[in-house]
Amino acid sequence: MSTTLKNLTLKIWRQDGPNGAGRFDTHVIDEITDEASFLEMLDILNEQLIENGDEAVVFDHDCREGICGTCSLMINGQAHGPERATATCQLHMRKFSSGDTIVIEPWRASAFPIVKDLMVDRSAFDRIIESGGFITAATGGAPDANLIPVPKPVADAAMDAAQCIGCGACVAACPNGAANLFTSAKISHLNLLPQGQAERYQRVENMVETMDEYFGSCTNHGECEAACPKEISIDMIALMNSDYRKAKVKNRKALSRT
Amino acid sequence: MSMTLASPVLDSKTPDGPVADKWDNFKANEKLVNPANKRKFKIIVVGTGLAGASAAATLAELGYQVDAFTFHDSPRRAHSIAAQGGINAAKNYRGDGDSVNRLFYDTIKGGDFRSRESNVHRLAQVSVNIIDQMVAQGVPFAREYGGMLDNRSFGGAQVSRTFYARGQTGQQLLLGAYQQLARQIGLGNVRLFNRTELVDVVTIDGRCAGIVTRDLMNGEVTSHAAHAVVLATGGYGNAFFLSTNAMACNVTAAWRAHRRGAFFANPCYTQIHPTCIPQSDDFQSKLTLMSESLRNDGRVWVPKMAGDTRAPADIPEDERDYYLERLYPSFGNLAPRDISSRAAKRAVDNGQGVGPKQNGVYLDFADAIGRLGADVVRERYGNLFDMYERITGENPYEVPMRIYPASHYTMGGLWVDYELMTTIPGLYAAGEANFSDHGANRLGASALMQGLSDGYFVLPYTISNYLAQWLNKSIPDTSHPEFAKVEAEARDRYHRLASSDGTRGPDWFHRELGKIIWDYCGMERTEAGLDKALSEIPALYEEFRRDLKVTGGEFGLNQTLEKAARTEDFFELGMTMCRDALERRESCGGHFRAEYQTEEGEALRDDENFAHVSAWEYTGDATQPTLHIEPLVYEEVSFQTRSYK
Repeated sequence: MSTTLKNLTLKIWRQDGPNGAGRFDTHVIDEITDEASFLEMLDILNEQLIENGDEAVVFDHDCREGICGTCSLMINGQAHGPERATATCQLHMRKFSSGDTIVIEPWRASAFPIVKDLMVDRSAFDRIIESGGFITAATGGAPDANLIPVPKPVADAAMDAAQCIGCGACVAACPNGAANLFTSAKISHLNLLPQGQAERYQRVENMVETMDEYFGSCTNHGECEAACPKEISIDMIALMNSDYRKAKVKNRKALSRT
Repeated sequence: MSMTLASPVLDSKTPDGPVADKWDNFKANEKLVNPANKRKFKIIVVGTGLAGASAAATLAELGYQVDAFTFHDSPRRAHSIAAQGGINAAKNYRGDGDSVNRLFYDTIKGGDFRSRESNVHRLAQVSVNIIDQMVAQGVPFAREYGGMLDNRSFGGAQVSRTFYARGQTGQQLLLGAYQQLARQIGLGNVRLFNRTELVDVVTIDGRCAGIVTRDLMNGEVTSHAAHAVVLATGGYGNAFFLSTNAMACNVTAAWRAHRRGAFFANPCYTQIHPTCIPQSDDFQSKLTLMSESLRNDGRVWVPKMAGDTRAPADIPEDERDYYLERLYPSFGNLAPRDISSRAAKRAVDNGQGVGPKQNGVYLDFADAIGRLGADVVRERYGNLFDMYERITGENPYEVPMRIYPASHYTMGGLWVDYELMTTIPGLYAAGEANFSDHGANRLGASALMQGLSDGYFVLPYTISNYLAQWLNKSIPDTSHPEFAKVEAEARDRYHRLASSDGTRGPDWFHRELGKIIWDYCGMERTEAGLDKALSEIPALYEEFRRDLKVTGGEFGLNQTLEKAARTEDFFELGMTMCRDALERRESCGGHFRAEYQTEEGEALRDDENFAHVSAWEYTGDATQPTLHIEPLVYEEVSFQTRSYK
């Protein structure tokens, strides 16, 4: 049964543009049912702001099912808020209490410049994928799908990695602003599968080095795994590092490419 | 009453020959563009979901110059990503009697004999190529212990032909297509315009000459010229406001093309998905789908007694009505979506609804957990169960889920011929944005199939048939005055909307509009209701024009302004939807007119008068569009009353 939360104080980061100064605006929500999602609370606030002639708070969101990876938000300093394995869009107000003060900020990472208010630019992620996050298989020439058996444990492990929604919480949570969990999830997905072997070492070298152009370095804090709404394991980073080390030898000489 | 025109303007360009040979005949006779000449052609692809990303990637691989547009920050965000259950393909890996013909027939029957036979047969044919292609790209489909691909069954079929990747099949397929697109972007073969929205289509001398876009970051309006334009911009389910669509899904691209001359087909064919989480509050922003695959193991029931408020566990077996199993014994809980949805509506209307608002029915896994164990159920549906618990706060391993139908998919869309070209030469529509393959109802796991079929295996073939004639001929570029004119109109429109200084934001109007459409053009439609909607929507639209408030200004990032423009297009679409529903005086698939039903309450088709596609031409008044008819000619299958008993 639903209950009503009363007297919530929101401190929301507002910033006019990438180079704006930025400030916290404070809004009080008198009451809201705990059935509401966190973003529905922001929807209601925005409707009020518009009716009062003020600019709505800009935030990224779309599917509201935790799968598209568009939503973000640092909520009380935690990427995607307090609930484990939950993206902001699936966080509900029942996780909060009457009288709470909630601080809402954008992802904080220099590789994700602020666009406006709570929206950031995550296109550095696309650049990493473009550099090698694929299997080259042009349309039309594929053999029968059952020609290459994939052992179930391998398919399951690849799927565990492939679940990444590309939201950027790992980067936002990392004290170094590193993108190792994101990058390693894609590398692991493709490098585990038999179809991905042909480009395995080229892929890892290209993707890691593109990642390094934009993001900080990993020092094994493990904050990324804790923040990940899909609970992707930092084992993926170990796998990536292992492949990267091998790649630096294998990619050097044709003779080593076995 | 609108005027009905005969069909000559709607040439479906269906190739000759028996239905099974049409696609091969097309490929054997179409015009091609040789590899060295492909780079002379520019193709614009709008939308980067399954259809758009796969089309853009494949066209670029072939050598065309491709510009891809998405209003998201990244192509990977498109709403194809949210499809849960799976993708159909006539692989017959189970040896359970599947074949191209069986998938073709199931899809025609599932669509209640309101789709174009030739298109559906092609879809069934290329379905097998899609699975091969996606596996080659590394989509981690579910596997059996021997390493072969696993399948599950889905509504409306008696074979297991659905391939899946846990409950995230759409995500994995979209990421596959996105990665293939990303490769082409990295190679410089595709130019990506992200956070850029189509705001108009430009036609010059009777052909599509390009598009006008708005950069969502700064409000800048720009022209883009091309030899051909593909709209892969999704469906219009958000007309209902509450739907399973993502928040930003909209009809703007398709509608703007419609206003420039592309006919809009069968807008009243909307799919209400039977298994969504019931609405809990008035300010709810969207409804969440629980995959239809859950109906493989979950049993749907309501208390036999109306107004029964006992906890589900306290209701004994003989006081439960497993109505799908009772009414449709051969398909049971896997009855198709339209049929399951209406059965749920009847139960709730009858007072047998469950949950705090008595607005749902149970989907119960107790038997499955007893039979298979909680671990197997968790393996199959774990992420869906977790999602349900996050949203409702209830644990479906212990208490039955509550579900209710919600707007999910739209079968209607831009009219296209066999080659996926709209009535504007050079303008194509792919995926959910077109009307082509699902008739009046779409079967589960067929949307992903259609999106990828259009993008990977249809458009790359059919588009050359149009382009060949433009080889070495000049086409207008963006300096043509028509581009300047359309740009100016777009700027004026956004300026007008941005200056709206009424009292209510766009969401308020969208929500009110959605209520009207849901009440009168939702799961059940009547002549009186539709007439009412056709007077209420224009009245609300007047209020929208008078009382809308948009803050934030015309330039710079302004999500309120974006919503206002999209809502405005939903108003016009809503009017044409209701007009279409009014004119279709029969019930078929997702279109249920209460006046036309059997004694058991099932849809009653009228094949004599309505075995046709209704394609609407924009006239300036969306309540009075002009109707054009494409008769549906069935050469292979014969009309049958759809029965799942």
